[in-house]
Amino acid sequence: MQDRIWKISEVNSVIKEVLEGALSSFWIEAEIGTMTVHSSGHVYLVLKDESSQMKAVVWKGARLIQNLKLATGSKIEAFGAITVYEPRGEYQFTIRDIRPLGLGDLQRKFEEIKKRLLEEGLFDSSRKKKIPLLPKRIGVITSPTGAAIQDFLNIINRRFPNIHIQIYPASVQGAGAEKDLIKGIQFFNRLSPPPDVLVLTRGGGSMEDLWPFNNEALAREIFASLIPTISAVGHEIDFTICDFVADLRVPTPSSAAELVVAKQDELTEKINNLMAKLNSSINIFIEKTKRHFERLSGSYVFKDPLRMIFERVQTVDEFKTRISHAVELRIEKESSGLERLKAKLQTLNPLNVLNRGYAILQDENSGKIIDSPDTPPGTAVKAMLAGGYLNMKVLSGKYCKLDEK
Amino acid sequence: MAEKEMSFEKALERLEAIVNTMENKKLPLDDMIKNYEEGKKLTDFCSKKLTDFEKKIEILVKETDKGPVWSEFKNN
Repeated sequence: MQDRIWKISEVNSVIKEVLEGALSSFWIEAEIGTMTVHSSGHVYLVLKDESSQMKAVVWKGARLIQNLKLATGSKIEAFGAITVYEPRGEYQFTIRDIRPLGLGDLQRKFEEIKKRLLEEGLFDSSRKKKIPLLPKRIGVITSPTGAAIQDFLNIINRRFPNIHIQIYPASVQGAGAEKDLIKGIQFFNRLSPPPDVLVLTRGGGSMEDLWPFNNEALAREIFASLIPTISAVGHEIDFTICDFVADLRVPTPSSAAELVVAKQDELTEKINNLMAKLNSSINIFIEKTKRHFERLSGSYVFKDPLRMIFERVQTVDEFKTRISHAVELRIEKESSGLERLKAKLQTLNPLNVLNRGYAILQDENSGKIIDSPDTPPGTAVKAMLAGGYLNMKVLSGKYCKLDEK
Repeated sequence: MAEKEMSFEKALERLEAIVNTMENKKLPLDDMIKNYEEGKKLTDFCSKKLTDFEKKIEILVKETDKGPVWSEFKNN
């Protein structure tokens, strides 16, 4: 090989083969040094790191570069292959896919901040302030040139123009934007009197664009704000730390405006409704009371007062009759009972026995009933008979069983 | 101070309570009239609040010692 004399084209050809073979598809991490977007739509770049640089190209990449908002100085990750341009002996990196560097880092950082603030209780629903039903003055913190304020005001103007809006101009993108946003919140909290509600808003964008709204200091400022705050950042799918800490999150700038306006319509209807109910309930009451009064005033009490007295007299008479009847009945009942008792008493009277020829003997001195033969002879005895007494003396006594005799 | 007057929310809450009482409770005439009068006042107050707005869209120009300076914001 040392003997052979090479042609340049041959060398370049080998270089192409070797390089393209060895470095056919891989990711690189780099910073954009210079960037030219050609009218053809191709994008030519110089990529670099701390010590080296390399040419690169994105065929038809103008749109992609624009969407990703890449510019000189942007850090990127790119996927592609080394290609060699033989006629000039130059190589470049042909990019097939490109993305901003650190998107993964941002996501991780976002989750970290979210977790920390969540644990600290900054997202607690119990700490959220109520959005007033009817804000008179709204403080809006946003970029005066952005799409968000246009969207917001369009809705307001179309549906509910009579409202006082104060805009605090703030940058909503790029490094340091969070400082503007924080100042805005502080400004409105200082304002005397402060607005009824704050709206923090910007349109959609990449995660990097929305990054200032994920700032921890901003989150703490929103949390500390005495004015209820609505966060309307990005599109429906975009969630920022601001959204979590704000008292209310709405998906877009337009929906923030619609929220205020919709409530307006709703409230007007509600008040009208309540007014109608108020009127109908007093009317129904008056009607009822009137009918009640008419019924009373039409009654015979007022037309024929004597009738009322007669009715009372009649009632008294009825009572009298009933009472005397009851008394009679009672007397009758009681006296028949008495007769029965008397008869019963009669049958139980011991003197009745004398009527049947028996006598009762008593010791004349002591009055004791004599029922034993063991009575000393000579004892004076008094015999009680049906017709009177006999005075007797005991001659003798003897025990015996009378039924055996 | 005008700021110290009853809030719209409070007025609305009270109004709802009054209508509820009037609809669902048997009240003597005096109370009924008292409730009605208060309710009427509250509806007037709320209706007024709902229409009593001034249109103004301003943007902060600068903050001075004397307070903020605003200018009208042109929405195109």
